[in-house]
Amino acid sequence: MEVIHPRNLEEALAAVADGMTPLAGGTDLMVEVNYGQKRPERVVALRRLADIADFSPTRIGAGVRWRRIEKEGPRALAQAARTVGSPQIRNAGTIGGNVATASPAGDGLPFLAAVDASIELTSGSGSRLLRWDEYFVGVKQTARRSDELVTAIVLADDLPERQEFAKVGVRNAMVISTVCCVVTRREDGATTVALGSVAPTPMRARRAEEMISSERSPSEATLAEFARLVSEEVAPITDHRSTEEYRRHAAGVLARRLLERCLRREAA
Amino acid sequence: MIIGFRLNGQEVTARVDHPASLLDVLRDQLGAYGSKNACEQGECGSCSVLLDGELVCSCLVLAADAEGSEVTTVEGVAPEGELHPVQEAMNRVGAVQCGFCTPGFVVAAVDLFERNPHPTSREIKEALAGNICRCTGYGAIIRAFEELAGREVR
Ligand SMILES: Cc1cc2nc3c(=O)[nH]c(=O)nc-3n(C[C@H](O)[C@H](O)[C@H](O)COP(=O)(O)OP(=O)(O)OC[C@H]3O[C@@H](n4cnc5c(N)ncnc54)[C@H](O)[C@@H]3O)c2cc1C
Ligand code: FES
Ligand code: FES
Repeated sequence: MEVIHPRNLEEALAAVADGMTPLAGGTDLMVEVNYGQKRPERVVALRRLADIADFSPTRIGAGVRWRRIEKEGPRALAQAARTVGSPQIRNAGTIGGNVATASPAGDGLPFLAAVDASIELTSGSGSRLLRWDEYFVGVKQTARRSDELVTAIVLADDLPERQEFAKVGVRNAMVISTVCCVVTRREDGATTVALGSVAPTPMRARRAEEMISSERSPSEATLAEFARLVSEEVAPITDHRSTEEYRRHAAGVLARRLLERCLRREAA
Repeated sequence: MIIGFRLNGQEVTARVDHPASLLDVLRDQLGAYGSKNACEQGECGSCSVLLDGELVCSCLVLAADAEGSEVTTVEGVAPEGELHPVQEAMNRVGAVQCGFCTPGFVVAAVDLFERNPHPTSREIKEALAGNICRCTGYGAIIRAFEELAGREVR
């Protein structure tokens, strides 16, 4: 067993290039270790690496923990952070770990899709920025090379004024999403709808977005059509947490509810 | 490898030859049996400790990542022979059934009251959302902390 605590990013990158397993909060990795699914013998521990814990309106370091995002993050991401696990999990878990794991149910991911965020990947030979839809390629599959670390989430400097997150699960606390969703809306009506747990990667409901973006004050019938389009566009599966049918239904209901919250804030 | 950290104010060392959790090391090598092992997946909170002052599940901390850190377990929340106000509150109300979850609740509540001496009932429930009581004795547990917070008890 070998564990190193790098003093700076260069040391961390050298360790990753040398094949060491990155460890941030451990809330995904240690579950696998405890289940005997993984047995990393050489670990680079990032918990105290300040170089990847920077935080600004346009850049959130990979090492930033949910506890901080809950208080300081952009509205919908903060709302998502507040639903992650429990206080214990939010004190340890990082956004970088969420992005690196790339679970279809990752609660931080729909926000990235909704605002077209990019993921910064860094190796010894430099950094590259991948847009979310280039980065997430499948269930727990990403475009990250094994010699790279996720170093930050990069956001545009003009995030939409209205943004809302919510998730559906079997209870309130400590629950993995059955469906999670972010809706954003700008002053001019431009709307984005991003969903998690309903496809191998986070996804956008583009047809629903297009339809609703030109509606300034949608009628009841338009809202119902919006929900129907979202339900139609998602591509969920049936698994131990839910059924395809329920997820489709819940996706439409959730997206409509969040859109209505955006509209109410617009009116207020 | 040999790791060293401070456990309840004392320097300790342990030997880790595989990716053991901090919880394993506390119980198997350091005789700190207060932190309980129930799920090993972060779901129940019975292994709650403060790692560098932050409430975490010790079953999800790689032991070697505690190197050089300060770890506080239930054994260390009050001086030897004394009780923390959180423990006294649980005693007063009888907020213990089998007691398995109690150390985890104590550590989580110590963390809560350190940050917020007068939490609302809602804040108490949210702060304890990561702790499961398999005897389902939540009523008395919440009441104990409402009383400590100086709230009206229902
Ligand atoms: C009880 C419980 C409840 C949970 N609830 C939720 C929930 O409600 N919503 C949710 O979305 N998630 C939840 N999770 C999952 C987990 O907490 C999150 O995904 C968290 O963000 C992971 O971050 P971490 O820092 O703990 O990652 P780690 O476990 O440290 O790492 C996760 C993976 O990413 C790799 N990695 C970490 N950092 C980097 C990096 N910078 N670059 C490259 N690779 C890296 C690691 O090698 C590992 O493979 C829960 C987990 C538990 C145990
Ligand atoms: S044993 Fe750690 S949370 Fe259950
Ligand atoms: S008192 Fe038995 S588990 Fe809580």
